[in-house]
Amino acid sequence: MDTGTEFIVGMARAATDGAQAAEGGGHGGYIEHHLTNWTFGEGFLAVNLDTMIMSIATGLAVVLFGRFLQGRITEGAPDGIQNFMEMIVEFVNKNVDDNFPGHNPIVAPIAITVFLWIFLMNFFDIVPVDLVPGIAESLGADSFRAVATADVNVPMGMALVIFLLTMFYSFKTKGTEFALEFLTHPFGKFLFPINIVMKTVEELAKPLSLGLRLFGNLFAGELIYLLIAFLIPWWLHWLGGLPWTLLHLLVIVLQAFIFMILSIVYLAMAVSSEH
Amino acid sequence: MNLNLTLIGQAITFVVFIWLFQRYVYAPVHAAMANRKQRIEEGLEAAEKGQKEQELAEKRAQETIAEAKEKAQEMVSAAERRANEIREEATSQARQEADRILANAREEAEQEKNRAREELKQQVADLAVEGAEKILEREIDEKAHSEVLDRLVNRL
Repeated sequence: MDTGTEFIVGMARAATDGAQAAEGGGHGGYIEHHLTNWTFGEGFLAVNLDTMIMSIATGLAVVLFGRFLQGRITEGAPDGIQNFMEMIVEFVNKNVDDNFPGHNPIVAPIAITVFLWIFLMNFFDIVPVDLVPGIAESLGADSFRAVATADVNVPMGMALVIFLLTMFYSFKTKGTEFALEFLTHPFGKFLFPINIVMKTVEELAKPLSLGLRLFGNLFAGELIYLLIAFLIPWWLHWLGGLPWTLLHLLVIVLQAFIFMILSIVYLAMAVSSEH
Repeated sequence: MNLNLTLIGQAITFVVFIWLFQRYVYAPVHAAMANRKQRIEEGLEAAEKGQKEQELAEKRAQETIAEAKEKAQEMVSAAERRANEIREEATSQARQEADRILANAREEAEQEKNRAREELKQQVADLAVEGAEKILEREIDEKAHSEVLDRLVNRL
């Protein structure tokens, strides 16, 4: 954990220590435990098993749902689940058409993947905080974090892919002109050392803000649920949980939507020639 | 934040899922929607064409009906005219026939009358001659008085 997270956890621990003191203790490290990934390996080469399991499981759920639907899809009047899927596809298509110039067959699949996958991973934020970890730990996991998007590797991994794609399309569309922009933009060719820094920061800020926005929202959401679960006696959980869940119903959809829109916009910026 | 190898794993997972989502989630639904859109467009077009054709057919039918009515009217009036002609012809023929029969009958009657008169004339003359003969058997010489008798017969 880096200093930011440690700071937040430290605050939470301070708060819980106070509560523990009032309650008489017995819950040491509850929050810390819930914020520890189930890992395989050490240091940078570690893989967060819980994150991988949750992300692949949610993604596969959508793919299996799609396969299930594939057999019964009709070109006639749709009903039920097909209506639902068509609504989502229509929604994604509309956003792609509105934001992406021209036609690129890869943008809409990226957008729908981002939207549905992030939404499902986010969804586990409003599932009771101890439910999924409890099941996983009873099956032998050391610790388990159910919200994959609250693990910084997931949003940043996705942002990395989007970043690589924008780089690829920038070079493909603008070629050397794009490379020259690092020297001449924004201050003209005589200030090229500053330009390199500015342009690099500009390009890196996109994926960083893209990934960290999602991570921050979901991490904070998870943390608040943990605090609610830990600080408030169980018969008053609804007092904190209900409003926070109502808010988070919006947040999990909104964050998936924002990630999708920004992915489309960044890709659109990459393929459009004017600056 | 504990960035580690999971980042790479997630990036790969993301790419794989983009492919899977495209293949199993996005493409089938999108294709169905596109096909449906096309079919609806075609259907609307066909409906419009059909409506136009129907209008045309209705117009043609109306024209045909009007034409047929006109023809029928023509036929009826022609038939009436012909019937009148036939009736008039028949009437005039009958009248002529009647006239002819009447004239024949009259002529015949006249002839019969003349014949009867001739006959009667002859018979009266004969009777008169006979009577006169009987009265004048001895006194009158047939030869001497034949001229007088002939004049008498002629006067009858």
